Amino acid sequence: MAVSSQATTDESTLVAQAREGDAVAFGELVHRYEGRIFRLAQHITQNREDAEDVLQETFLKAYEHLDQFQGNSKFYTWIVRIAVNQSLMKLRRRKADKSVSLDETIDTGEDTIVREIAAWGEDPEQRYSREELGGLLDTAIQGLEPPYRSVFVLRDIEDLSTEDTADALGLSIPAVKSRLLRARLQLREKLTRQFKRKGDDAFAYM
Amino acid sequence: MLTCKDFLRDLSDYLDESLDTQIRTRLEEHISACPNCWVIADTTRRTIQIYKGMDPYPVPPDIQERLMAALERKIAAKRTL
Repeated sequence: MAVSSQATTDESTLVAQAREGDAVAFGELVHRYEGRIFRLAQHITQNREDAEDVLQETFLKAYEHLDQFQGNSKFYTWIVRIAVNQSLMKLRRRKADKSVSLDETIDTGEDTIVREIAAWGEDPEQRYSREELGGLLDTAIQGLEPPYRSVFVLRDIEDLSTEDTADALGLSIPAVKSRLLRARLQLREKLTRQFKRKGDDAFAYM
Repeated sequence: MLTCKDFLRDLSDYLDESLDTQIRTRLEEHISACPNCWVIADTTRRTIQIYKGMDPYPVPPDIQERLMAALERKIAAKRTL
């Protein structure tokens, strides 16, 4: 499938063309979003092979159901929803015997735990290479439970709104907000252990 | 006076700038007087920023080819319907 000079074409035009059977237009949409969908799938499934399948299944499903795309949300938000569903299915299948579920009631109480209170040193971007930093960030995300991980990935990495995240994950807005707060604080905790200023430690400011 | 617990509860909305001015002012008063909450807010803000700055993963060429081949088959099948 050739990707022509459509790189600057407006998304809604490409979607309209693709709906009329223009394979090149659909190819351009794939090209625009494949990297983000691949990243999202890897973050949620935490499995490279599953992420490859999710990538393929997402765009095949999107093509198949293009006539159901309403156009009242962004195309990207629509395919994210497909990718999230595919990723969660993979996750559930892989962890079927460990009863991992996004729907499980999780404690969203007020126990937002903060243990590490230390200022960060120089910018981590300066201190680590891109690869090292990417590795640290990925490892920190891997340590989050799936319900928190999914919310964080959609809100803070993929930049979806609270409403779109709630919609994609089938959660209420308060649930998205409380999971996001917990996810952010847990990641902050993990990153602080790596990035804190030398000699700076918990309660240094008390 | 806000407690640290109150501040933490609203931290996400504070960082997302989705609070009304009145609550925002109260939170700002709290962090200007509470160094621990200031550090927590600052490091949480930097945590979010650092993740937002991550590049999308490049899709390896073999995976991309597999995807395009699968799509072409799908498109051909749709056309023959």
